[in-house]
Amino acid sequence: MTLSLRPDFARIAEWITPNARVLDLGCGDGTLLKYLKESRNIHGYGVEISDDNLLKSVQNGVNAIQMNLEDGLSIFGSDSFDFVILSQTLQTMKKSESIIQEMLRVGRQVIVTFPNFGYWRHRQQLLLGHMPVSKELPYQWFNTPNVHLCTLKDFESFCASHHIHILERIVLTQGADVTLLPNLFGSLAVYRFEMGRR
Amino acid sequence: MPSPNNSVGIVTPQHVRFDAPLPLRGGATLNGFELVYESYGTLNADKSNAILICHALSGTHHVAGVYSEQDKKPGWWDNMVGPGKPIDTERFFVLGVNNIGGCHGSTGPKSLNPQTGQPYGASFPVVTVDDWVQTQLMLADYLGIERFAAVVGGSLGGMQELQWSITHPRRVANALVIAAAPKLTAQNIAFNDVARQAILTDPDFHGGDYYQHGVVPRRGLRLARMLGHITYLSDDAMGSKFGRILRSGAFGFGFDVEFEIESYLRYQGDKFAESFDANTYLLMTKALDYFDPTHHHQCSLSEALKPATADFLVVSFTTDWRFAPERSREIVKALLDNNRQLSYAEITSSHGHDAFLMVDEYYHGVVRAYLERIPL
Repeated sequence: MTLSLRPDFARIAEWITPNARVLDLGCGDGTLLKYLKESRNIHGYGVEISDDNLLKSVQNGVNAIQMNLEDGLSIFGSDSFDFVILSQTLQTMKKSESIIQEMLRVGRQVIVTFPNFGYWRHRQQLLLGHMPVSKELPYQWFNTPNVHLCTLKDFESFCASHHIHILERIVLTQGADVTLLPNLFGSLAVYRFEMGRR
Repeated sequence: MPSPNNSVGIVTPQHVRFDAPLPLRGGATLNGFELVYESYGTLNADKSNAILICHALSGTHHVAGVYSEQDKKPGWWDNMVGPGKPIDTERFFVLGVNNIGGCHGSTGPKSLNPQTGQPYGASFPVVTVDDWVQTQLMLADYLGIERFAAVVGGSLGGMQELQWSITHPRRVANALVIAAAPKLTAQNIAFNDVARQAILTDPDFHGGDYYQHGVVPRRGLRLARMLGHITYLSDDAMGSKFGRILRSGAFGFGFDVEFEIESYLRYQGDKFAESFDANTYLLMTKALDYFDPTHHHQCSLSEALKPATADFLVVSFTTDWRFAPERSREIVKALLDNNRQLSYAEITSSHGHDAFLMVDEYYHGVVRAYLERIPL
């Protein structure tokens, strides 16, 4: 997989500072970490559950740890990373709330990307009486791995109620930025946030 | 000359003697010792392509290849080491060495003590993982190997790799720690002690000096191995391989071999008792029990691993309950705490602890991929 295939990767990469310590949760074949290593000289680890992806990550020369994110991040020390990334995985997790809290524990800043359930194409399909199926949600109701879908509004109210301070938000549709009514016209959300001061 | 099945072919063990006294961790001193080792592949001009394989409890220096055209039994890790194999002898110079205290050619309890002309027997000192690493270092010096491209080992072998990375960080570029643990649990030590008790209470043991009596404590060693073997397999693997299958198809209402598992274990025990030395078994299990990098400094594993500078590959196997994945994750956590370059693979396998010796596409793929990226 190349970086251009994942529009959120390019945007994430822009946020990562040189020499940063990075944890990429659900790192896939290690493409993002490899790119960040080469372009930003980061020190990073990827977490993967699949054998196939772990092997590809090792082949890509990145550090990869095989484990299930649902088991938590207790293997990682508190404040041990500058950035913790969870790209297009949050919606598949059973313990979405605790993984966000764990990411905030181990990292200074957290970057999360997820498909926007409020995207107009999704709303349209619901209005017509069907579960949304799209490029971002390419599954039928009976085989989807997605269990915790949300809209931009949902995510932002979650952050507000959990004392999470959103630093930056990018909303994309087919790789292009969406500024007008993002919760309606945006298909992919990219957030950077940190623990808010209480 | 590599043979068609990617074997290193016919190999010949080599011997080297070190005459200087070797002070041991336990306080005793060994007045010189001999190491037997094998090597496969070619050491490159700047001697940067060497891989050291450390063996486990019953392993030897004979890691790969055969001793003759007729030899049906290749080295113990022949599926891993060879031309084009995950530990590729076309690229790396691979060393296998028998540890001191062993019974396959390096100085051990059945070797003659030059001072008495008799086998060491009970007088052979207890050796530790630190001592093995020290002797392996002496072999590296003798061969002019400044820095190993990698040190690789499973089980007790993996413990040696951890020790290498802590004691001689500059001499190790990569450490592959497979099916290992940072130290044994009480349960693990308990298994080892039952095995030792089987040997120590055998009437033929004679306090360890059975050589002079012309006997070996075969029954004890056999029991020790049978017990060990049970713990190296998983319940599932044993169940699917043997189940409750009866050899004759019916209960015999006696104590002869009836179940296939009994037959298998007795065969394994007998075979082992023929070829292995009971004193070596005692020493190896003791080295396992003592291994604990945190012990002398009373510190955490993270602190103990602070001196390590190597890059690591840690591998565990899901059904290995003797060296469980949880134990490997302790190593991973300690290495993460130290910001080491590190990958960790948890291999789904039904074969228990023995899985590290078996062919598994994913397991071998990860080892291969990891070693391929080592620049030479």
